[in-house]
Amino acid sequence: MKLKVNGRDHEVDVDGSMPLLWALRDELGITGPKYGCGIAMCGACTVHVDGRAVRSCVLPVASVQGEVTTIEGLGTPESLHAVQAAWVEEQVAQCGYCQPGQIMSAAALLAGTPSPSDAEIDRALSGNLCRCGTYPRIRAAVHSAAARLREE
Amino acid sequence: MGRALKITRRVLLLGSAAVAGGVVFGYWRYKTPHDNPLLENPQAGEAVLTPYVRIDAAGVTIITPRAEMGQGVHTTLAAMVAEELDIGLDSVRVEHGPASKAYFNAAIFEEAVPFAATDLSPVAERVRGVTRVPAKFLGMQLTGGSSSTPDAFVKMRKAGAAARDVLLTAAAEALGADKASLRTESGTVVSPDGQTRSYASLAPLAAGITVPRDPELKPRSEWKLLGRSQPRVDMLPKCTGTAEFSIDVRLENMLYATVRRNPRLGGGMRGFDDSAARSMTGVKDVVPLADGVAVVASNTWYALQAARAMSIDWEPAAYPEDIEQHFLAVLSAFEGDYDSRFHDEGNVDAALIEGADLEGEYRAPYLAHATMEPVNAVAWWRDGELDIWAGNQAPTQAVKDAAALADIDEDKVRVHTTYLGGGFGRRAEMDFIKTAVAVALANEGIPVKTTWSREEDMTHDAYRPLAVARFRAKLDEEAASALDLSLAAPSVFESQFSRLDMPTMGPDISIVQSAWDQPYGIPNHRVTGYRAPVMLPVSSWRSVGASQNGFFHESIVDELAHAAGKDPLDFRLEMLTDEVSRGVIEAVATLSDWGAPLSPGRGKGMAFVLSFGVPTAEVVEVVDTPNGIRVLNVWAAVDVGTALDPKNIEAQLQSGINFGLSAAIMSEITLSNAEIEQSNFHNYDALRLAQAPNIEVQVLENGHRIRGIGEPGTPPAAPALGNAIFAATGQRIRELPFKRHVRFDLAS
Repeated sequence: MKLKVNGRDHEVDVDGSMPLLWALRDELGITGPKYGCGIAMCGACTVHVDGRAVRSCVLPVASVQGEVTTIEGLGTPESLHAVQAAWVEEQVAQCGYCQPGQIMSAAALLAGTPSPSDAEIDRALSGNLCRCGTYPRIRAAVHSAAARLREE
Repeated sequence: MGRALKITRRVLLLGSAAVAGGVVFGYWRYKTPHDNPLLENPQAGEAVLTPYVRIDAAGVTIITPRAEMGQGVHTTLAAMVAEELDIGLDSVRVEHGPASKAYFNAAIFEEAVPFAATDLSPVAERVRGVTRVPAKFLGMQLTGGSSSTPDAFVKMRKAGAAARDVLLTAAAEALGADKASLRTESGTVVSPDGQTRSYASLAPLAAGITVPRDPELKPRSEWKLLGRSQPRVDMLPKCTGTAEFSIDVRLENMLYATVRRNPRLGGGMRGFDDSAARSMTGVKDVVPLADGVAVVASNTWYALQAARAMSIDWEPAAYPEDIEQHFLAVLSAFEGDYDSRFHDEGNVDAALIEGADLEGEYRAPYLAHATMEPVNAVAWWRDGELDIWAGNQAPTQAVKDAAALADIDEDKVRVHTTYLGGGFGRRAEMDFIKTAVAVALANEGIPVKTTWSREEDMTHDAYRPLAVARFRAKLDEEAASALDLSLAAPSVFESQFSRLDMPTMGPDISIVQSAWDQPYGIPNHRVTGYRAPVMLPVSSWRSVGASQNGFFHESIVDELAHAAGKDPLDFRLEMLTDEVSRGVIEAVATLSDWGAPLSPGRGKGMAFVLSFGVPTAEVVEVVDTPNGIRVLNVWAAVDVGTALDPKNIEAQLQSGINFGLSAAIMSEITLSNAEIEQSNFHNYDALRLAQAPNIEVQVLENGHRIRGIGEPGTPPAAPALGNAIFAATGQRIRELPFKRHVRFDLAS
């Protein structure tokens, strides 16, 4: 099976029913997307397929159509995406485990909705659970990222 | 503070030692020389060094030997050393370092003494000092009890100061200058004529220089890092997917495993049929465990699928089958002898002889930790040695348990502590490390990552115990004249210590934690703890006994205030016996504009809990809507004595509050047919972004000593919410979670 992830082509030899998450993590070594629940209830596994946020833990790898972007492909420590820069500025992360998923959900939202309302942010990010309760800073960071992106 | 400090100084002596290309600074320990983890060949019988700073050609590395589970401890501990060393946090490497008994936590048992945190009498201080002896003897490298910051505050700054002094001496030699004329700045020594020497370049010279016994610490007025919010050292990796949790560890030829264990906890396994599983794609091996199986595969997904396909004949559980029977067992504890009575003021029986004005019963359920990262570990068994990668809160215990399983000496086990995807007490348990080791032992030579499914994680936790409180109270002219509070729960100490192969002696103070020691003056006041049998395994859950007792105690105080016809703020202030606590309650009243008129349907509730030495006051505001209760705002004031990183303290309060509110609103672990009924986030959820309140925090510094803040934000959240619901609706809810009794608007 062919997969395009973060701009690179890969060939994975796995059962087609394997969720994309496990092909990324255990076959390709792309560990930014996290396993949290396996039933699309926590959002830790969120990646983009052609820019749209999807829960990779329930998406069979055989049904992936389009280019996959993970947190590693969004930006790097040397060259942060605006959402990541806002996350760093607001000092959002605590344990950090859910944050790749939070950031991918926020980036997908802002790509389509440059000036989201609080209600729009709620809708886009409430599928992403954070047990550390970093929500106040997540909300602040999404607004800050939106401002950064509008300036870019 | 003086006495505890003197004891610390007697047993710890600053020193340094040469290592390849550089020098390490830390503490010599003569009396109980634990192995130095960074020195390869310490001479037998010699004193050894506990390193906190390493300086070599690569620069400065600070060892922060506590679990980074989100609480920002690596940043705060590193800042202690960096402050004294005059180097920016962006110029140092920060490492957890290896497991070592030398990194014992001296402050861990201070909360377990039968003296209230507000008791500064010589006897109380003496006993607190004495708790450092067993802490050292056990050599427990443990992260918990909100103790990392107070434990490290002096010893890590001293290590930094000693290193700086030695570097100055080295630079004086190198430059032929007078030491007193030199200064330090940004990781370099600077001479009056502007010559500079980097710390890295001075390291080889520094290795031979005697370390000052008791270097002076900077006065607070000279702090550049401490007392100011620092960018977290783990922030960039955590926002770019490059932070390594143990679930992310990758080794060459590694295999992936998962476990399926008896859903009736503690029960064994009669037999299993793995014929279907073994023929499934990717499956390499099936490893029998005492109470289940592990499946090893080429991909975690294949292992998860195969484990599900196994048919297993389970033994029954030793505990009652349903949750009501568990509560009955707790209630029956009230009929037996009491476990503790640390507070017995006046004459409660006499004061209540004509009956109580107010009485009632409160309940709290079992709770799971539900860390975002399901528990997991990587283990590699080869050549009679074990390497383990695990996000964990107790590395020395991991070494001990792994060595016992493999039947090897402890020095053949290396534990690599990664970042933790949440801890909350869960990762002080060793079960997930033991399953990983069992799998590795059956697969010699191959590194194997054993990841529990979310379902296994949630149904095989060691839970926050269920608990029941009973109270009887008497009011006298708008004040409480008598309060008889009885608390019953299975013993966390008994359950946890049995898993550590350690005996428990005496009463379990966690059963009455943050109920017996609150700074309220009630003339006739008794707090009694009753120990229920351990049924499900129970353990420390963020704030331990304070997590349920804060709810019981502060709901009762609110009930008393209303029964007395008093404002809950005034009622508390009039009973209060501690000025530091008064400061936080007054601060939260101002912050929340307590007493201001509210729009219809709204209500504010207040709670105050002193836990882990931190007085914490919170006010919750709710609105009762046609769709149910919504939590709008939370205001919190705390006093940590000395606030090292205000923005991180704010984060810990936001975290502790959302954690406490989540549990209070919706969380409970229940049983049916002896199996845990909750299995994943669809039936054990937590607050989501749309439901999370605004939170405003104020941090005070009137306390007499420095305190940790990972836990104290949690206990007041539930009672403040319950008291707010009462204010808004008139409904008093005496049982958690609240959603059993009132509807919440949880729409996104």
